[in-house]
Amino acid sequence: METDKSRIGSFIFNRSVQGIFYQLITLGLVALGIYYIVTNTARNMLERGLASGFHFLGVESQFDIGMTLIEYSPTSTYFDSFIVGLLNTLLVAGIGILFATIIGFTVGIMRLSSNWLIAKIAEAYVEILRNIPLLLQIFFWYFAVLRALPKPKQSLELYDSFFLNNRGLFIPDTVFGEGSSIIFYLLWLTIIISIGIFIWAKRRQNRTGERFPAFYVSTALILGTFFISLAATGFPVSFEYPELKGFNFKGGVKLIPELVALTFALAMYTASFIAEVVRGGIMAVSKGQTEAAKSVGLKQNLILRLIIIPQALRVIVPPLTNQYLNLTKNSSLAAAIAYPDLVLVFAGTALMQTGQAIEIIGMVMGVYLFLSLFTSLIMNLFNRFMKVDGER
Amino acid sequence: MNTMRITFLGLVCSVLMAPAAFAGTLDTVKSQGFFNCGVSQGVPGFSNPDENGNWSGIDVDVCRAVSAAVFGDPDKVKYVPLTAKERFTALQAGEIDVLSRNTTWTLSRDAQIGLEFAGVNFYDGQGFMVRKDSGISSAMELDGASVCTNLGTTTELNMADFFRANGMAYEPVVFEKADEVVNAYDEGRCDTYTTDKSGLAAQRTKLADPDAHVVLPETISKEPLGPVVREGDGDWADVVRWSLNAMIEAEEFGLSQSNAQTTCAMTSNPVVARLCGKEGGTGAGLNLGESWSYDIVTMVGNYGDVYEKHVGENTPVGLARAGSPNASYKNGGVLYAPPAR
Repeated sequence: METDKSRIGSFIFNRSVQGIFYQLITLGLVALGIYYIVTNTARNMLERGLASGFHFLGVESQFDIGMTLIEYSPTSTYFDSFIVGLLNTLLVAGIGILFATIIGFTVGIMRLSSNWLIAKIAEAYVEILRNIPLLLQIFFWYFAVLRALPKPKQSLELYDSFFLNNRGLFIPDTVFGEGSSIIFYLLWLTIIISIGIFIWAKRRQNRTGERFPAFYVSTALILGTFFISLAATGFPVSFEYPELKGFNFKGGVKLIPELVALTFALAMYTASFIAEVVRGGIMAVSKGQTEAAKSVGLKQNLILRLIIIPQALRVIVPPLTNQYLNLTKNSSLAAAIAYPDLVLVFAGTALMQTGQAIEIIGMVMGVYLFLSLFTSLIMNLFNRFMKVDGER
Repeated sequence: MNTMRITFLGLVCSVLMAPAAFAGTLDTVKSQGFFNCGVSQGVPGFSNPDENGNWSGIDVDVCRAVSAAVFGDPDKVKYVPLTAKERFTALQAGEIDVLSRNTTWTLSRDAQIGLEFAGVNFYDGQGFMVRKDSGISSAMELDGASVCTNLGTTTELNMADFFRANGMAYEPVVFEKADEVVNAYDEGRCDTYTTDKSGLAAQRTKLADPDAHVVLPETISKEPLGPVVREGDGDWADVVRWSLNAMIEAEEFGLSQSNAQTTCAMTSNPVVARLCGKEGGTGAGLNLGESWSYDIVTMVGNYGDVYEKHVGENTPVGLARAGSPNASYKNGGVLYAPPAR
């Protein structure tokens, strides 16, 4: 009996046993909580006569959308409106990230300039832009842009093919005729060959120390092949010019002012944060690195490219990821200025017409979660690629 | 982000709230001494705050009538301004008890999203407003136009139907808030602004130069606007429904805010006597005091009083009642209340 008791005692007071016990309790509580939420929601919805389920996705939406990247009409389904909203969100986030990165890196490097004026301009940019709420900036750019632009009949024009007015920017559309697909196959082929050239040049340099102008060679290869194939197929490319018909221009590609204002505001705002991230990253590389590189005789641009930037990027990339995620999520402010993004189209109009808040908000949250996790994944892979070998 | 927050709050509420908290709005309202009324963010004549934050308009007066009927005081109401997008979620989540925000009664809203319409306080229809200098005189000339409108309304579907039915193209420009629609239209982003005609008349007063704009003659839809309550709470729905009906019936029988006191003192008409709370015991059936309809008429007014005060011809909104569906059925309109007996 004695031994039995002490065996039970040592079992109860065993640390790892206790640990597992508490974890099981926590897990059980979480599961219970989720079960409660799900059943309670279902019961409440039933009691209040709310429709539920995802059948609505296959029903005709009956509304139209101002800007669509795929074919869409009021007879398309709610699922199509989801895709339209999603693509519009991806478009504004993608362009926004591109411009925010370019402006952010430029301003960040400007802030480190030894030229007083340039450094102060960059500082003023950062301090003003990041300290004004984004929604106000969006309104500012939108209504500033609208007020500054003329009516369609007084459009600003360039060569009779580019038109700018308060309905948007109209540019000629390229129409690819028959036989043009071969050009694209060749384009892809040359891009793949170029990647091969880069890898080969890098290996050769590691082996022999000799350098190869991979950048110039592959650029010449891609552009050369493109133009030669264009000429060889007899230019099967034509342009469709925008024309003023009735109220608006028809034909060509149209960039609506909402897209321009939103992208502009998002890029300018996020760039002010990226600039600080870049400045911090560069300053984190100790001065001794530059001095050591100089002492082995590296030129200034090589010091920047081979010594400073690779080390700075390791500091820059994780917070830069945050900024990319913020930009993507902030793009949901589009609803304020009528840019038809996922929130406006799907969590707005579609939600109002169907009343299925739980399903729709759930889908929209899922999309933003997926986009954010995907961006994180890409940036983490990039970060791993940038790491010095042997570093943790 | 406010919209997101309310939508989200609604979600959280419908996820977490126990069903018990849902029963008996009338009892809850009586014990807390006030109720919450969802209104617009400012539509002159319908629900609009003045510089001191006091709300007025015909939609507001529906809430004031309910308050007069329940409490004998028209001001026991807390007004909650909502965007079109937020309104139903706010009602479902219990944030408001009555939604009186120029809301169109449709089948899908009635049947699918847990709402109950308590009547119609304004018969409206969708129209278009354009700049006078555009030279447009008919909605049929709008092929290819950019159209500004509001998110989360029947308007979006009606205009899609209208342009599709007439084989015309258009570019929808949809804003979340009414003020931004007006602003963008005023800045020239759109050729035309579409919403309910009463809304056009009301929003026109907000434009930089109201006289430079004109509402086109076509009415492209039926928009019966009225107060809404949550489905499944019949007692509360009855109170709201009959508060509105009492206003309409009082007008029909000549009982108005200005003459109610004297008329009630000497009336021999049994219908008027019932409205005055002297006969019939209508209050008991609604779980209200016997003077409920008398309080509505003396404190808020009958339908005609309210109409002329807020949207009639002598107001900035200036909607003539004669000849419109909002005239009494006796004068060729469709305004008709079931008997309050």
